[in-house]
Amino acid sequence: MSTAVVSTSAAEGRLFVFDDEVVPEVSSHASLDPATEGGCPRMVFPSAIPVTPASRLEARPAPEMASSGISALDDLTGGLPRGCLTEICGPASSGRTTVLLAALAAATRRGEFCALIDASDALDPNSAAAGGVDLERLLWVRCGDSSSQKDHSPRGHESTENPLHRKDQNRGDRTGVCNKNSERRLEQVLRATDLLLESGGFGLIVLDLADLPPQDARRIPLSTWFRFRRAVENKPTILLALEPQPIAGSCSSLLLQFSVTSCCPGGNSTAGSPQMEAPKKQPTHSQLLTGLDIAAELVRSRLVRSSFEAHSPLKNRRKPAHSIAVVFTSKTAWG
Amino acid sequence: MFACIYVPNFFVAAALCAEPELKKRAVAIVGGKPPLEKVIAVNEKAGSMGIAAGMTKAQAELCAELALRSRSELQESTAHAALLDCAQSFSPCVEDTASDTVLLDLAGMQSLFGSLPEISQAIAARAVALGLKVNVTAAANPDAALVAARGSPGVTVIPAGQEADRLGNLPIEVLFAGCLEVDSKEEPARFLETFDRWGIHDLRALAALPEVGLSERLGQEGLRLQQLARGAVSRTLVPIEAPPIFEEAVELEHPIVLLEPLAFLLNRLLEQICARLGLRALATQELRLTLELSNLTGIDDEFDNSGIPSESDESVETRITSQICSRRTKFIRKLNLPLPMLNPKVFLKLLQLDLSAHPPGAPITKIHLAAEPARPRPGQAGLFVPPTPEPEKLELTLARIAGIVGKQKVGAVELLDTHHPEGFRMRGFVTGLVRKISPRKNSDSGRADTAESAVTALRRFRPPWRTQVTLEDGEPKYLVCSKKDMQGEVLWKAGPWRFSGDWWEREAWSRDEWDIALQAGDTLTLYRLVHDRLGGGWFVEGTYD
Repeated sequence: MSTAVVSTSAAEGRLFVFDDEVVPEVSSHASLDPATEGGCPRMVFPSAIPVTPASRLEARPAPEMASSGISALDDLTGGLPRGCLTEICGPASSGRTTVLLAALAAATRRGEFCALIDASDALDPNSAAAGGVDLERLLWVRCGDSSSQKDHSPRGHESTENPLHRKDQNRGDRTGVCNKNSERRLEQVLRATDLLLESGGFGLIVLDLADLPPQDARRIPLSTWFRFRRAVENKPTILLALEPQPIAGSCSSLLLQFSVTSCCPGGNSTAGSPQMEAPKKQPTHSQLLTGLDIAAELVRSRLVRSSFEAHSPLKNRRKPAHSIAVVFTSKTAWG
Repeated sequence: MFACIYVPNFFVAAALCAEPELKKRAVAIVGGKPPLEKVIAVNEKAGSMGIAAGMTKAQAELCAELALRSRSELQESTAHAALLDCAQSFSPCVEDTASDTVLLDLAGMQSLFGSLPEISQAIAARAVALGLKVNVTAAANPDAALVAARGSPGVTVIPAGQEADRLGNLPIEVLFAGCLEVDSKEEPARFLETFDRWGIHDLRALAALPEVGLSERLGQEGLRLQQLARGAVSRTLVPIEAPPIFEEAVELEHPIVLLEPLAFLLNRLLEQICARLGLRALATQELRLTLELSNLTGIDDEFDNSGIPSESDESVETRITSQICSRRTKFIRKLNLPLPMLNPKVFLKLLQLDLSAHPPGAPITKIHLAAEPARPRPGQAGLFVPPTPEPEKLELTLARIAGIVGKQKVGAVELLDTHHPEGFRMRGFVTGLVRKISPRKNSDSGRADTAESAVTALRRFRPPWRTQVTLEDGEPKYLVCSKKDMQGEVLWKAGPWRFSGDWWEREAWSRDEWDIALQAGDTLTLYRLVHDRLGGGWFVEGTYD
């Protein structure tokens, strides 16, 4: 049974309009179609009545898109959607953090305040500053065990011991301790995220789970992701999650998979494909890492078609089964 | 009735107030920019020795018995504060007329302090006790008292209606006594010259001049001076406003041991303080909670929970200090807010979070809450301004997150002026002090915030992973690490790049950095490998991602 739709016609005292049901009025434009069964005339009513069937009504408007800071990515996805959860997945050295810093830089350039919930305390402030992030507008939440992660400022260091001389973490012998640390870290991440989403006012909130072991990241229940999505709905906040693998399921509106096609060493290196050959004998001091060639694949999008698709020759056809990818280059700060 | 307290020769009086041992000596005060310093004030003994105002410092120094002192604004403000304290101890309505003059309203004081002569004597005695020798005059109107105090030494009482008669013998200079010490002396000197040319040397002669003729020659200022000479000016005092104090306290019949009833009382005190602040259109940026405890065992420790080693005086981070004194059974918590606020619920929540993290440790017998008033922040949200966290909500959120991850693990990052790779520190995250970004005048707004190309980022391992490196020709060839993803043959390498610093400090550092590529399944992973040249170890510091 269709759901009743209260329209302006109801306010005016006219009958409710139901799905697949028409108002029984005869207008001057009605015509009799003689070809009817039983000789009963079939009335053809004009389509001038502005009535939209309930099944075609959109439950919510398309989200506003904000630039990710990388033009190729914006062409692929249309930007990052506000009020939605976006997942960025990929292995190490696939460019996830590069995209993260570019998004933070774009957001701070727009004058927005950003929050980074860093599950592994992996942010490099120098990289962030080189990437254009306004550090005054970035709230950094460093999760983890405070006893093993101290502020490494050279002056006023709490411990006189050089951090590089710290004892090796023999994780093989301390599995139980590591599991407890992971649980505590995950709990810190989730609670901090809840508080920041409730507080509001941030243009971009990032969950950096990239260095978490996949089995720990998968421990986050789907209901938590659903709660996050609901908390950010209808707000101008972009919720971005960095993960080694997709874990939010259908809660994410945008899922991007990153991989590195090649690294760009300078000098005379022959590096290119992942199975690169051992470089010829070149002195190492003549080698230089100049950047990464990053491939971004749009795995899933529940949003309005991106401009890439709009300009694609496939725009008039159904969305193809294979996903769309772009390749762009990042440069090192010294490149 | 009004009283005037006047400190003659204020510069010298201020110096003698600070150094009472100089009272028996000849004292001269010099002022001005060196080397053009001149004597600006002398006491009687110095005057009798021939030292006069206007002499150069070099000339005055020729007198061996003379005590020369430079003019000190601090001493003058201290003397002025003492003068105000003396006046306010007699009357709540005090006008701060000049640095050397205050006026009091004596209405209703006679029933407390006695007759007018007794009150005047008491004022003079109290001023002497504070180190100031003053002239005190009581009269029916404030200006008559002021003129008389400047001209008559000691204590004087002018009955109502006799102002003109008692002021008549005073020299004409007393009308300009408040102006002679300031730099701009042109107009008073002009008036004095004119009066001298006319043969007017006292106030009686000035009072006897015809008003029309006086106004034609000297204008309204001349008429005003004549009214002062007659003691006929009537005005109301402009009292100074005492600095508002916003404090509330409650003494308990039974000591409190739980935080919940304490929160109930704190809520009441906070609402009262916020209501009083609101009446004056003020907010607060600092809350000070003092709890008097019972059965304290005499711990004498001071805890600083800020944790930031190099915190500057201009830091706006919420700083909480706890003091448990052995001699006084008091537990003090101070809450510094990043912005002026006036929300009792937010204050209560912040205090609750703080007391939960740092409980008093003993039953509470008295609660004292004080708020430092501040002007409310004039923030005005615009229609097209990007979203900003509400300061009150943000403060609560940050306090809660700090309770989860630790106070030093949440905030904004500040890069330090060093080449050390971890040269940064955490500081408070404040939205109100961040500079506003002007709107870009770019027609293509979609591309306005897109950089030309992204910058390759480094993800750090904290702490770095120790690894064993096999070298070949001094270059890393093979890595062995407890993290199995980070071991294997080095497929590509670049470097080394040598960094060092702080060699003048105890924490010197020197390192060689390599960029290496290791096989990770079907892909390559780029790492930063570091060789600590001082300690000799190899570490994987991060990955390029």
